[in-house]
Amino acid sequence: MIVRDVICPFCACLCDDLDVHVEEGRVTGVDNACDLGSHKFMTDHRMEGPVRRTASGWQDIPLEEAIRETAELLQAAERPLLYGWSGTCGEAQSAGVHLAERVGGIIDATTSVCHGPSILAIQEVGHPGCTLGQVKNRADVVVYWGCNPQHAHPRHLSRYTTYTDGFFVKNAFKERRLILADIRGTDSTNVADEVVRLQPGGDYAVLGALRAIVRGKGDVVPPEVAGVSREQLFRIADLCKKARYGAFFFGMGLTQTAGKYKNIRNAIELVDELNRHTKWTLTPMRGHFNVYGFNEVCTWMTGYPYAVDFSRGMAFYNPGETTAVDILARKECDMCLVVASDPAAHFPAEAVEHLASIPVVQLDPFPNLTTAFARIQIPVAVSGIDAEGTAYRMDGVPLRLRKVLDRGYPDDVTILSEIARRIGEGGGA
Amino acid sequence: MTGLLIKNAYVIDPLNGIRGEVMDIAVRDGWIVESVQDGAEVIDAKGCLTLPGGIDSHTHICGTKVNFGRYMMPEDMRAGRTQRRGVMHSTSGYSVPTTYGNSYRYCAMGYTSVLEGAMAPLEARHTHEEFAATPLQDTMANTLFDGNWPVMEAVRDHDVKRAAAIVAWTLAAVKGFAIKLTNPGGSECWGWGKNVKCIRETVPYFEVSPAEIIEILVRANELLRLPHSVHLHCNNLGVPGNYQCTIGSMDLAPDLNPDRQSLYLTHVQFHAYGGTSWKDICSKAEPVACAVNQRPQITIDMGQMMFGKTTTMTADGPMEFNLYRLHHNKWSNHDVELETTAGIIPVYYSRTSVVNCVMWAIGLELALMVRNPWQCLLATDNPNGGPFIKYPEIIALLMSRRYREEELQNLAPGTMSRITLPALDRELDWHDIAVMTRAGQARALGIRSIGKGHLGPGAEADIAIYPLRVDETDPSRQYRDVIRAFQKTSWTVKRGRPVARDGEILVPGTNKTIWVKPKVPEEYDMGKDPEFARNFDRYYTVRMSNYPVQDLYLQRSLCMESEAQL
Repeated sequence: MIVRDVICPFCACLCDDLDVHVEEGRVTGVDNACDLGSHKFMTDHRMEGPVRRTASGWQDIPLEEAIRETAELLQAAERPLLYGWSGTCGEAQSAGVHLAERVGGIIDATTSVCHGPSILAIQEVGHPGCTLGQVKNRADVVVYWGCNPQHAHPRHLSRYTTYTDGFFVKNAFKERRLILADIRGTDSTNVADEVVRLQPGGDYAVLGALRAIVRGKGDVVPPEVAGVSREQLFRIADLCKKARYGAFFFGMGLTQTAGKYKNIRNAIELVDELNRHTKWTLTPMRGHFNVYGFNEVCTWMTGYPYAVDFSRGMAFYNPGETTAVDILARKECDMCLVVASDPAAHFPAEAVEHLASIPVVQLDPFPNLTTAFARIQIPVAVSGIDAEGTAYRMDGVPLRLRKVLDRGYPDDVTILSEIARRIGEGGGA
Repeated sequence: MTGLLIKNAYVIDPLNGIRGEVMDIAVRDGWIVESVQDGAEVIDAKGCLTLPGGIDSHTHICGTKVNFGRYMMPEDMRAGRTQRRGVMHSTSGYSVPTTYGNSYRYCAMGYTSVLEGAMAPLEARHTHEEFAATPLQDTMANTLFDGNWPVMEAVRDHDVKRAAAIVAWTLAAVKGFAIKLTNPGGSECWGWGKNVKCIRETVPYFEVSPAEIIEILVRANELLRLPHSVHLHCNNLGVPGNYQCTIGSMDLAPDLNPDRQSLYLTHVQFHAYGGTSWKDICSKAEPVACAVNQRPQITIDMGQMMFGKTTTMTADGPMEFNLYRLHHNKWSNHDVELETTAGIIPVYYSRTSVVNCVMWAIGLELALMVRNPWQCLLATDNPNGGPFIKYPEIIALLMSRRYREEELQNLAPGTMSRITLPALDRELDWHDIAVMTRAGQARALGIRSIGKGHLGPGAEADIAIYPLRVDETDPSRQYRDVIRAFQKTSWTVKRGRPVARDGEILVPGTNKTIWVKPKVPEEYDMGKDPEFARNFDRYYTVRMSNYPVQDLYLQRSLCMESEAQL
């Protein structure tokens, strides 16, 4: 059987043109996907059932028992953290927010260690954005800053920018100018028309110089800014101003390096400035397939995109205080429910050390580094492969993930609703 | 379900010609009936004002841009927080509350149905997800066609039937309710950072004018026999001198439908400006109101502006950019491929600003100078003119000349010569208010037939009982009592069930979404049109098969089918 137009649950490109070959309950082939997407569909080393850590090793336990114990741990906790969420569907995220509210916990997503700074900048100055089809159909200048789409979002260039023709861009490869800004050469800089090779930590200064030039204050720009020549800066500013439509994409090379949210603010204000001359938009290269979905769901339910603390009965948001890494590093958190992510692989040592000292329950189809810290792990269906649900693309377009096969695993929504029911009240209305 | 009996209700029910009568209302299985057997739950209304549930025919409460307003404004979220309590979830937000915040606050004010003013079809799934989290109102979504490529191509070819067919396919696919045109043609121009100034300019490449888009879609709307008319946000919003553009737009709609208007103009306050710049802006509410008075085929809503902090959000992207250049505050924009655009900025409407004072006066002038309340509905374009929680104040301003005079004292110097409000003696009565907040909306939206906006047998039992005795209240003098009463019902009844008492929410609730599905002949089914499908998969970034919103997104679904005349 071939399932057509399947949506890929790997990265936030959410390519929706995959053909997935399914035979006897297994994926046997995937057409149109990149290597990362294919691998996710084809991989087969899932856990079989819930396990509990004991003194003598892992013990298989019935699902019912795993749920009961998780509910008890959540109820007993003073300051539970519900973390992760980027690798599951919106319906599960919604159940998670209700659960956090119910237990007076803190809910945070992987956002706080990837594009959290982008959100902080947006909260200061806004976000001139668009859906990716605007870029495909119109853009003649495309900037990628601090990211390597060829590796992290392998089909971004072929679906939305360099390699795809659009309505007003009949021969994209020839007509679109590609600018890559990075501290090093990558497979993405290799295909660029113009490479801005800046010194590490120099993003803020280079963006500032470009803003000055676009504003007509280029005389303040010195001969070299963070390794970039004045001449190149003027050339790029000119290219940007003369664009019919420009699109600015950026990744964690901008969000998580020196300057952090100030870098993003500078990028946004550069784009604002360019809009006084021509049309420009800006899009964060969100990573996990539904990390933006969490931000959307959490915002309509609580008012804030991530890092929400319900301990006082209302939604309280203060990144730096209510973000997962900070709660753990301050050793406030006394229980952690991890859903669809792998904090042990990405958090700083201090935070992971505290994670090792508290009860951790993980909902995840696969064993990962966090498994090593978990008291209980409940394997669940993979959203977009054996579970349906909603996911939001990096530009905010919501899509319905398909279920291409049934492996008999419960999905995140079912488990979370059951935990909420055990705690004494349904997750929702 | 056992029945419900509301006794001693002082009923104003304009659609049934009841102008104030003490009576009992019987409810069974969610509907109003002639009588109900003993044993029914009884609510004693104690002679208080009882109206059909409120209907907002233009508000922004759910979807991509609304949520982005929340996302970019933690300061607004902090400004309106409530704790989790009983069946109520915690809420955040002042001008752009969370979905539960919107739902609880509307419910406390007696509102039971609301129409989201602008939904981009590509992002419809998002709107429906938020509708599902808006449990205490029935919801509908205006669907944006202002920059729709296939529609503009049909308009260029003067092919009304093809335009109608595209609208029919799209509305059914995204579970939308009505055709919305926001700055028609302007959104496509904004794709290049440009705009159209008025209805006769030409959209680049597509070679159509806003006037042609409006004219063709008004006719297409009637061919599809949709419940609502075309819902128009005119070109040139918020620009001094734009009133002529507004009146010109009204002239594009012939009188095509005996049951309702043929064109609905929304938030007309923003479109009734005279002058040539911010320096000499003045009210042109009078010529605009006269134009409405002369055209029974037009219905408008006020788009009243109220002083204070709020957020502007609209599919009029270029207008928001202009506002940003004026205010230098934070600005968000969101262009949607092949369809439309959106912009958001926070604003503060100040009594010290002559421009803002003129805006405030214009909305009221419109409502007082449009003779027929059925043609001018009460709304703020929430939250653009102000959050909907300000409606009670607007009601009081319309009912009390004294209240208006008090407020006029506080306006910026230099305002009086630019407005006509001080000369208007009219004070609206209870019946006018009932028309402007529920009955008129039901007629304008075409949802009377499904039992909305009235209290006769066969109506859906959506009922608001306000703590106010009409016989003991002189609204002209006791306007503060009027405000207080409309802020919080004694009882709000939804689908026959008490859902709020004195502002406390009693039940979790379940959303119902009303959408349309025009049935078209086979040859007009765009789902089977090869050219449409080819261009769809070529220029959108989602496959046509992944575009339609699945049934499961609607908790309760009410599909209004129609037989299109193509």
